[in-house]
Amino acid sequence: MKITRRNTMRALASGVAMTMLIGANLAHAADDTITIGYAVAKTGPNATGAGITTIPNYELWVKDVNAAGGLTMPDGSKRMIEVIEYDDRSSNEDLVRAIERLATKDNVDLILPPWGTGSNLAIAPLMDRFGYPQLGVTAVTDKAPEFAARWKRSYWMLGGGHDYANGLAGVLKAAVAAGTLNNKIAMVSVADGFGIDLVNGARPAFEEAGLEVVYDKTYPLGTSDFAALMAEAQASGADSFVAFSYPPDSFGMTKTAQSMGYNPKVFYVGVGGAFPIYGKIADGKQEGVMSIGGVNAASPAIQDYFARHTDSAGAPPDSWASAITYASLEMLAQSVERVGLDHEKLAQELSTGTFSTIIGDVKLEDNQLRDLWWVGQWQNGTFVAVNPADKDGAVAPIVPKPNW
Amino acid sequence: MIRLAIALLALAALAVLPRFVSEYELGLLIGMASYVALASAWALFSGHTHYISLATVAFYGTGAYTVAVLNESLPYPAVLLCAALIGAAMALLVGLSTLRLSGIYFVIFTFGLAELVRQLITWYEVSITGTLGRYIFLDLTARDIYWQMLALAAIAIGLTAWINRTRLGLALRAIGDDEVVAAHSGIHLARTKLVAFTISATLITLVGAVGSPRWVYVEPLIVFNPTVSFLTVIMALLGGANRLWGPLVGAIPLFLLFEWLSVNFPDTYPIFLGLMFIAVVFVLPNGVLAGLDDLRAWLGRRGK
Repeated sequence: MKITRRNTMRALASGVAMTMLIGANLAHAADDTITIGYAVAKTGPNATGAGITTIPNYELWVKDVNAAGGLTMPDGSKRMIEVIEYDDRSSNEDLVRAIERLATKDNVDLILPPWGTGSNLAIAPLMDRFGYPQLGVTAVTDKAPEFAARWKRSYWMLGGGHDYANGLAGVLKAAVAAGTLNNKIAMVSVADGFGIDLVNGARPAFEEAGLEVVYDKTYPLGTSDFAALMAEAQASGADSFVAFSYPPDSFGMTKTAQSMGYNPKVFYVGVGGAFPIYGKIADGKQEGVMSIGGVNAASPAIQDYFARHTDSAGAPPDSWASAITYASLEMLAQSVERVGLDHEKLAQELSTGTFSTIIGDVKLEDNQLRDLWWVGQWQNGTFVAVNPADKDGAVAPIVPKPNW
Repeated sequence: MIRLAIALLALAALAVLPRFVSEYELGLLIGMASYVALASAWALFSGHTHYISLATVAFYGTGAYTVAVLNESLPYPAVLLCAALIGAAMALLVGLSTLRLSGIYFVIFTFGLAELVRQLITWYEVSITGTLGRYIFLDLTARDIYWQMLALAAIAIGLTAWINRTRLGLALRAIGDDEVVAAHSGIHLARTKLVAFTISATLITLVGAVGSPRWVYVEPLIVFNPTVSFLTVIMALLGGANRLWGPLVGAIPLFLLFEWLSVNFPDTYPIFLGLMFIAVVFVLPNGVLAGLDDLRAWLGRRGK
């Protein structure tokens, strides 16, 4: 047993040595740069979403700002951005530790949020305690008002499940009223956070809009064979097919519908439908497919943003949360220009200021971005926004969708 | 006696440590304490019996989920008690039906168990309650969590030390050596394995329960992350799963190594994890402590 004790001591000593090693390789940033830290999923289940929506936009923005000489301070001087980036391995425990590290060890000036609803909630109490403003973009939650009240410096910018469901109900209701659709809906949803949120919003929204859900099934996360589900949906007699799905499912259902010749008049898929890759998945026949999100494709700012993103990341952005992510960073830059880096003033400015961004002029309401696109549709190779129909830049939806 | 005194002194020193460290270092301490507790609790059953269990996250996640479900309706100590009871009940149920399996069948079953529990909870939440994510709003500071986690780690190691001296420990070792011989010498196989498995699983459930308030938001995909199971096994094996301090010796350096990798090589971390697995199995099949013993014996022979 003597041996064991000695070994334990050795292990402890090596542990201490490693801690010091971790501390030592942190070079302190010079005063004339602004350090911005973020911890996002580079590995694990969240890496796909973070790799499409979050990381490319952070990198693009930092590149844009530094190319312009840095962030402008209230006195007109410019300071370059230095980035500290960690991998949270898609684990909330690691994420929480990374935020603690950024706030107390690296002492970064600003922290950018991670990808995903769960991740943003996991860090919200910490960000609040350390006083950093949190621009939560990639979090879809109906509880946003509650969270914004609980954590005064948190901002929720992607709406909630009910919003998207109500938007879709609005599109379908209008088409039914115009006589192009019957009022029956076949609806499938993934048994996971997003699918459940959306379907819980959709059931009452559809009922209120006078639509009848004739087929309503959930499927487990990770399902890869949709033939049975789609066959039942086809047999249900509904003109509209609605799937609150994740990217792999959205892609799988599209392929299945094409191969079995299922041509509903409305074909709606969840996350992934607005990804630039969707056109390839659909074999170039994406015309008329509806999905969540959308952008004002006619806006020159958006077109310019798409071009710059393609240049920087090698692929165009997705047409849902990407532009909003970039816009949130523009808001941050403009706030810094107006009030500097003081967190309290910065939070105040973000809550009350008006900002000019690639998605137009943005002003938050109760720390939430409400001026969003709920439904989009592929038209002529672009994913355009169709709902809210009265919002500037909205395009009339094509119903019925042309056959595959 | 001296050994016990040293261990208690070390524990006392660790308990006052939060006064002197930053938030981030406290986070590191919590992580280390969790994995020491997990690996020690895992080794309590698997170390001597050689039943490699990948069910760690099934219990860990259950603990976290219990807190998420009950944190608004019960006082915190009662929530922990419920988590422990649920973990124990689940372990009894699972143990009764599966501890007859051995070797690779047991490994595969335990791996499947985590998936099974995750899908059951998902199914229940989707079809009965109609929600999936749950929130944990508890007023616990990082220090509170650290102290609880430290206590759990101490309990796991203390229990192992105590069990090693009792008939149960002897029986577990006999089972690990040869189950048939053990049965013939009058050891009640099923009962022995079941008791050890239940103690181990209850501790693991509590680790999940105590750690969960740091996450605020909980959903099955978040809490049933299979990496936890793999890390626990590799940490215990690295140190030496059949030694009292083995899991601790494996958990602390590995935890720090992974932290260091995620800070400095965020993109290549999984590759290192895989290499580490292979290295432990091939180079140190019995763990670092046994490897050091072998080395010392070899040096001793050369000296003569």
